[in-house]
Amino acid sequence: MANVRNTARPLSPHLGIYKWGPHMAVSIIHRATGSGMATVGTGLFVWWLVALAYGPDAYATFLDTFTLSNGKLNILGYLVGVGLSFSLFQHMGSGVRHFFLDAGANFELRANKRSALATFAFSILATATFWVVLLEKAHG
Amino acid sequence: MGNGTRLGRVRGLGSAHEGAGEWWKHKVSSGSNLLLTLWLMVSVALLPAYDFATIAGWIAQPLVAVPLILLVLSVTHHFRHGLQVVIEDYQHDESRFVLIVLLEYFTITVRVLAIFSILKIAFTTTGVAA
Ligand code: HEM
Ligand code: HEM
Repeated sequence: MANVRNTARPLSPHLGIYKWGPHMAVSIIHRATGSGMATVGTGLFVWWLVALAYGPDAYATFLDTFTLSNGKLNILGYLVGVGLSFSLFQHMGSGVRHFFLDAGANFELRANKRSALATFAFSILATATFWVVLLEKAHG
Repeated sequence: MGNGTRLGRVRGLGSAHEGAGEWWKHKVSSGSNLLLTLWLMVSVALLPAYDFATIAGWIAQPLVAVPLILLVLSVTHHFRHGLQVVIEDYQHDESRFVLIVLLEYFTITVRVLAIFSILKIAFTTTGVAA
């Protein structure tokens, strides 16, 4: 197709001259978390539902993949569980921030940077709260 | 819109003809995603346990099965559009077309599998809900 890049030509210099900031991190993490949830997250969500629809044995296979024999989460369970819940909350935070940007608001440098940092504060806090509630229940 | 005024005929189109409408639908699904995923996370956190009987009994309730189906519709619509934008940003040759077709099949398969499973759980689980 027409718009394949001609590698003989140099890239625009701005692609090599930039400094990382919270706004850039939020932007690329929004894309990474959205794409991750849409693929890995969706796969697991559908597996969970299909296993439930098949019955207790299939559901046990699903649970066994992520838990030890004593019922506690294994490493994969923690990785996937914490990873996906953090992804959701981070994407949620930056998604809400996006609503303001899409309306043309919040482009002032300081407010923009502060709201970018706020999405991380929110997602870390929400993920921690979620897991404290879950683990309290499992471990009494 | 009919053959209306000249302004009426171009309103909402933009250079890509349908981009603005797609973008708008994506924003709408962001709003319903926000409500429905928050509901799911809070509900899951509040469940008393995560064994088969508890979860199946929970999903079998009409006011759980229906929001769950709405969540499936909202999220699949949202990521169908979101992933298409990602593909369009990075794939510039024929693979773009192939990937978007695969995305379409993936989305529809996910949607039908998820909704069928929710309905099966809802219609076959007997006993007291959690
Ligand atoms: C929690 C509620 C959610 C909100 C408020 C939200 C909001 C948004 C917004 C505003 C965008 C557009 C970003 C842009 O225009 O650049 C977006 C993109 C996207 N979302 Fe979500 N979303 C949510 C949940 C989800 C979920 C659950 C998934 C996947 C299962 C998902 C997958 C995606 C993908 C793949 C993109 C495209 C990323 C990109 O173009 O960089 N989102 N989301
Ligand atoms: C600082 C690191 C980077 C961040 C945070 C970032 C993030 C993003 C995001 C979020 C988009 C979607 C924009 C939108 O949908 O409105 C995007 C698009 C894109 N990115 Fe990146 N990216 C980065 C580095 C790069 C680099 C180094 C390249 C190429 C050498 C690149 C090439 C592109 C291209 C071609 C697009 C599509 C642009 C368009 O929408 O027309 N990105 N980037």
